[in-house]
Amino acid sequence: MKNSAYIETREWLAAQRWLLPVLILTGFGLAFAIPEYGLLNKYVQLVIMYVGINIILATSLNLVNGYMGEFSLAHAGFMAVGAYTSALLTMKVLPVADYPGLFPLAVLAGGLVAAVFGLIVAVPSFKTRGDYLALITLAFLMIVKSLIENIDAIGGPRGIPGIRKLTTLPWVFFWVVMSIWVIRNFVYSKYGRGVLSVREDEIASDLMSVNTRRVKFLAFMLSSFFAGIAGGLFAHVLQFISPRVFDIIKSTDILIMVYLGGIASLGGSILGATVYTVLLELLRPSNFAALVSWLPDALFEPLNQYFIQHLGVWRMVIMPLALVLVMIFWPRGIMGLREFRWFIPKRDLDAHQHHTEHESRHDASHRQ
Amino acid sequence: MTLLTASKVKHYFGGLCAVSEFNLELQAGELMGVIGPNGAGKTTIFNLITGVYRASEGSIQFKGTELVGKTPHQITALRIGRTFQNIRLFRDLSVLDNVRIAHYAQSDYSPLEALLQIGRYRREEQRIIENSRRLLAIFHLEAMVGETAKNLPYGLQRRLEIARALAIGPELLLLDEPAAGMNPNEIDLLMEFIQWIRKEFNLTILLIEHQMKLVMGICERLKVLDFGETIADGTPEQIQNNPKVLEAYLGRGQSDEWGGRRFGRYPAGCARSGGHLRWHQGVARGFLLGRQR
Repeated sequence: MKNSAYIETREWLAAQRWLLPVLILTGFGLAFAIPEYGLLNKYVQLVIMYVGINIILATSLNLVNGYMGEFSLAHAGFMAVGAYTSALLTMKVLPVADYPGLFPLAVLAGGLVAAVFGLIVAVPSFKTRGDYLALITLAFLMIVKSLIENIDAIGGPRGIPGIRKLTTLPWVFFWVVMSIWVIRNFVYSKYGRGVLSVREDEIASDLMSVNTRRVKFLAFMLSSFFAGIAGGLFAHVLQFISPRVFDIIKSTDILIMVYLGGIASLGGSILGATVYTVLLELLRPSNFAALVSWLPDALFEPLNQYFIQHLGVWRMVIMPLALVLVMIFWPRGIMGLREFRWFIPKRDLDAHQHHTEHESRHDASHRQ
Repeated sequence: MTLLTASKVKHYFGGLCAVSEFNLELQAGELMGVIGPNGAGKTTIFNLITGVYRASEGSIQFKGTELVGKTPHQITALRIGRTFQNIRLFRDLSVLDNVRIAHYAQSDYSPLEALLQIGRYRREEQRIIENSRRLLAIFHLEAMVGETAKNLPYGLQRRLEIARALAIGPELLLLDEPAAGMNPNEIDLLMEFIQWIRKEFNLTILLIEHQMKLVMGICERLKVLDFGETIADGTPEQIQNNPKVLEAYLGRGQSDEWGGRRFGRYPAGCARSGGHLRWHQGVARGFLLGRQR
């Protein structure tokens, strides 16, 4: 059992809600300061940006796969739509060279177009549930990929090289905060509760006056909107996009983050995305070699020769294996169905408290 | 005033006629019961009224509004609340959320207001919470607001389900076997409880029930179904003495046991429906086996 000191600290921390805005402001400050003063090297900055983008992807996918309880494989497809839309805008339409302030507009447009695609996918998808919905979203992913491959005007299978590096740390941080805030607002509104009730029992939900079709559409569109945003940011970090970047492996990556972190939990998605992204980076040969460099040479050399040199291949074994192990021994993920209390609106926390009973229990413990 | 009218409602599952020529006139404030053996089409009628199924033929009107062709949430938003035969709470959600979800149609704010927390959002959310907590307090569930619904004991789950149905603000409440799985004492309490909510919330109630004690005790009018057909309609006294009803339920020559809690273990009715078991009631609890056709 967990000791009382731990519980007390946790309760105390949960009550200090003012810390969250302070942390966000500090984060913003750091996001500006790090690139400005070179506090971290470029590679670490890049990894942080990937972590941020993956947080957006995981939280938004969690909306469909966690809160709504459906299984969507299309997330990389929406990401592709956002990436291509915003990349084409910054390269051909918007004069970002003269006005870098236009970049967020391009990202926003990417999100909006992705949301429209979300709506288009949702119409046939929500006529079915479960396995069939998963299949339709998989089909959509394939359609998007082959559509892009066959349109020469946007580079076809060669993709779009030479995208400007417009994504900066503050912008990533801004969109991470926005996506978490907006999704959290949605989840704790009547629409979000509607989505939860659809996961629990769709017919009962309908008979409790929830417009199930509407809430499902809203959730799916919101999810694809933020996938598009993440795609736009991603394109302007990587500076090169091609259809191959947005294949089923990308979707699987995001799924792993969601299930590792835990379904129906924003905090879980943040942790899942962070842990997964950092682990993947650590498994790059140079990083891993640095990580185990303290080993005596007798151990390090063979390890280097047989394992580290071939980590590119081993990565594809280790990560799925890690997922299998997580699923077996930790099926609910890090935070499954639980939430950081800082993210839950105060109104909701209070409403779930039974004050009189709580007080009387408190009195009783004093008397003893 | 006539609240609910059903005229010549028919419903088929494939070739099987589940409900045929169902007629109903429910006056505002009435408490009416629908009884009949398992598989008689009682729950189907609830599903037709609430839009889960679309009636194959006929029309159902609630306060002059045609219900056939409307979706369940549209019908529910007209203030028709219902419970389920086998409890269908949102099991993994909190007691409070179960009740809050049923406020969906009554709360008035747009998705954009929700996403950005502007406009009516906060006020409406606060109102939903207050109303939910008030309802839970009435049902003595306020100590469990934060509890996950599936962790409640059976009786409280039943109570929560009724509280949830009332959160819709219904004028008409459909209760599907509210006494299922209850012992005689609990049924007594339930009868009082139904009478009380009826007065307190100004309800018109239509209920399906197998427990004769409850049906005979509180219903003002009864409708008896068998094989999708209405075989009798009238006050409990009239129904008790209706030979057709006795035959459908008990077979011939068992009339003396009508109205009591205990029916014969294998009543003669079994023979009438081709040797299949029609009605079996355990001694302590009224659990029922399905009738095979």
